[in-house]
Amino acid sequence: MSALSSLARLEAAAAGVAQPLATVRHCHVSDRPLVLVPLKLAGEAAAPLAVMVGGEPDDPTTLIVPQPRNRDLRFAFASALAKIVLNHIEAGRGAVEELPPGKDGEERIRYGDAPQLLVPNLGGVAFLRLLGRSTRFRSTEGPYAVDAAVPVFGRWLTWFADRHDHPGSSLMGAMTQLLRLHWATGQSSLEDGNLAALLGWIDPPDGLDGPAAAARAEDPVVSPPAGPATDPTFDNEVLAPAIAAYDRSGPGSAAEERLRAALTSQLAPTWDLMWRAVGLLRALPEGASVRGRWERDRDAFTYYHQTFGEAYPQPRRDPPVRAARRLHDLERAQDAYDAQRAFDDPLVMAEHRLAGQAFGGVVTDCDPTRLDETGKRPKLRPHLRVSTADPVRLDVGTTVCSAARPALKGRIVELGDGGVLLELTGGMGRKLTPEPGAVPRVGDRVCFTSLTDGSFGAAKFPDRENTPWTHGGPPEEYAPTEDDADEDWS
Amino acid sequence: MIDTAPDLERLRGGAPPRNHDARTIAALTSNPGCARRGVLDAAGVDKDAVARELGFPAPFGQSQFAITRGNAFEAQVKADGGAELLALLRDHLGLDVPEVAYDDLEVVAGDEGRELRHSRTRRLIARALETGAGTLFDHPLLRLEIAGSPAYLEPDVIAFQLAGRLHVIEIKSFAVVDGQAEPEQVAAAARQAAVYVLALRRLVAELGHDPERVSHEVILVCPENFSNRPTATPIDVRPQLAVLGRQLARLTRVDELLAELPDDLTFEPGATLAASVRTVKARYAPECISGCEMALFCRDEARACGETGALGRSVRDDLGGIDTIGTALALADGSLAPSDDLAETAEQLRAASRLRAEALRGGV
Repeated sequence: MSALSSLARLEAAAAGVAQPLATVRHCHVSDRPLVLVPLKLAGEAAAPLAVMVGGEPDDPTTLIVPQPRNRDLRFAFASALAKIVLNHIEAGRGAVEELPPGKDGEERIRYGDAPQLLVPNLGGVAFLRLLGRSTRFRSTEGPYAVDAAVPVFGRWLTWFADRHDHPGSSLMGAMTQLLRLHWATGQSSLEDGNLAALLGWIDPPDGLDGPAAAARAEDPVVSPPAGPATDPTFDNEVLAPAIAAYDRSGPGSAAEERLRAALTSQLAPTWDLMWRAVGLLRALPEGASVRGRWERDRDAFTYYHQTFGEAYPQPRRDPPVRAARRLHDLERAQDAYDAQRAFDDPLVMAEHRLAGQAFGGVVTDCDPTRLDETGKRPKLRPHLRVSTADPVRLDVGTTVCSAARPALKGRIVELGDGGVLLELTGGMGRKLTPEPGAVPRVGDRVCFTSLTDGSFGAAKFPDRENTPWTHGGPPEEYAPTEDDADEDWS
Repeated sequence: MIDTAPDLERLRGGAPPRNHDARTIAALTSNPGCARRGVLDAAGVDKDAVARELGFPAPFGQSQFAITRGNAFEAQVKADGGAELLALLRDHLGLDVPEVAYDDLEVVAGDEGRELRHSRTRRLIARALETGAGTLFDHPLLRLEIAGSPAYLEPDVIAFQLAGRLHVIEIKSFAVVDGQAEPEQVAAAARQAAVYVLALRRLVAELGHDPERVSHEVILVCPENFSNRPTATPIDVRPQLAVLGRQLARLTRVDELLAELPDDLTFEPGATLAASVRTVKARYAPECISGCEMALFCRDEARACGETGALGRSVRDDLGGIDTIGTALALADGSLAPSDDLAETAEQLRAASRLRAEALRGGV
């Protein structure tokens, strides 16, 4: 949060409709995302109750667990859902793209596309993460055998949930998060967690304004919760009797159909909201670096898909070296993501301008052919004076680059009343006169920032055999055991 | 101390007082500046009923599945005089727990007053402190002074004594998966447990013992992974205790709050209820929704007044503490000249407004 986004909230509250926080879309939206709306049984860690799932708005599949406390029914559900998700993963690969060979000459490929999963909210991500945890260690033989698809599905869910932690990744998206990245509403962030209320502010139905639409969305009868938790009144008045009726009548009965209908009534409104939200996101123009980030997602997907057969299920806890590396990767990704969004979007850059880490204005003076002749060889060092009203908080000597063309680099020489004098140092060609159009001219609007697109380099981590004693020494080799498969799932 | 009991009785409109529980006290400390909550809680007014009467029922329904699961788990852990619990303490935490007695303090003889139950708790704990005997106390009734008036706590927990120190055990039915649980749930459990530790410490001090005989380490018992098997985790609640102690000390004394209120104020149901509630000033923040029954009424009021706090505390802080949306927007577009103390905030807002407009126009 910053003063800028807080101001946007105030404007939204005053206008009665959400206000933009971005001028471009900062996430990838697949042509055929797999939308999942999961529900779980209240009071249980990860007992699935129902899910509505599918890749087309008019073709959802509804799966239910008629008696969520029955282990066999749960695994039947997991296996049915596994088939849909795994199908989507296989279908989402696209053509294989050959890449230039890597440093050590090994062949590299990248799938032309990657699957994308979309859930309503962070609760949905957390639930799928737990569902992945509870299914990935299952054994496909022995006394508690499950369908072969179940552990595979568990590993993929775990992988997707892991990627969700990765800043800038679009492989698994929580819709409320994606919308909040692009719009500010006139309600608190807590209330934004309700997908229906959030959409009510962003795209109110005819005849309603944001507050009215959000108020309607808070009534669980009109607008059932987007899960994974169900409405307690629904649980007590509809679900409990329906499950009891199913217990009396058994599979294939009319009672099962009634239970299915009841759960569908809770899922369908959120299903429609999800696709409306997908439409809203698609309507935004894509940010310049979204493609590059999706390429990283495709790389990650290609790697996991290619090595799937050789790897074990993800361990319960990361060993120290892997945990350190993962944290480092996440920090780098966060840095790069923040910078890329600012370069893609003047409204995000405005946050940095307000914080004094960037400044924008009009060029008032320019010496494009100035040479620095103090050294052995003359160097091209044009001077540029920019008048700005921004509260600049950068020091003399700071290296900055142009927001519109990050290759154009410069150094702050002088800071004074409403103006900054820059010495340009790079990005103008190799000659002693700048390439045409490289140096801004008097009257041009420019923006410079101390942000850099390239983040800090990769750190070196020891091999697992060399895990230092401070981190417990080399961990034991992980191998799944019988115990993993025996774990209760009650 | 001024006797506020008759005033509080009048505020309740003759209805019997509601018991505080650790949840309400823990929530109280999350918004200590709210006078409305302070008065309603001190008087033991049934806030849920008041909110319903006002047309803003609290959204605190609980699913019967969750209740069933919670009760079943607790019963399982406590069954047979806490047999499973003791095994857990021995095996899991490696505690050298000797054979212990199990005392359920919930019911002495059918229906009885809180005073009676509290004195029984006192008596048994006093004896345990003297003898050092290891006893599990289920459902002790504790007392904690809140804003100058006593509140009774009925923890759904067990206290047990080991090597001369009392420990609080809290049983919760959320799962601990691979040693991790949902942070909010753990935080809430720790806050509640801290309330019990504090109340127990006060009791121990009243009995003439060192309050440090109540350990700051509470034991959280939860189902492990996806099973019904319990697992125990020690939690250090010193940070929560420090916050709680500070907030309770800072709480405006209820007699001071009462002094500022009209003499005939009452929260009896009726046509004047809304006006009565509004007489006592609230301090609404979105976090109230998860903890206070009155939250939706206060939210409606805050929104109607255009309070910036209704958008979240961080928004209010970003705006340098400006209270209303109208003022902030007027400062941002320059139509309102700022007073001296708001000059800096106003400048920031005007810059933000200019930068937003510029970016949305498509400038650089």
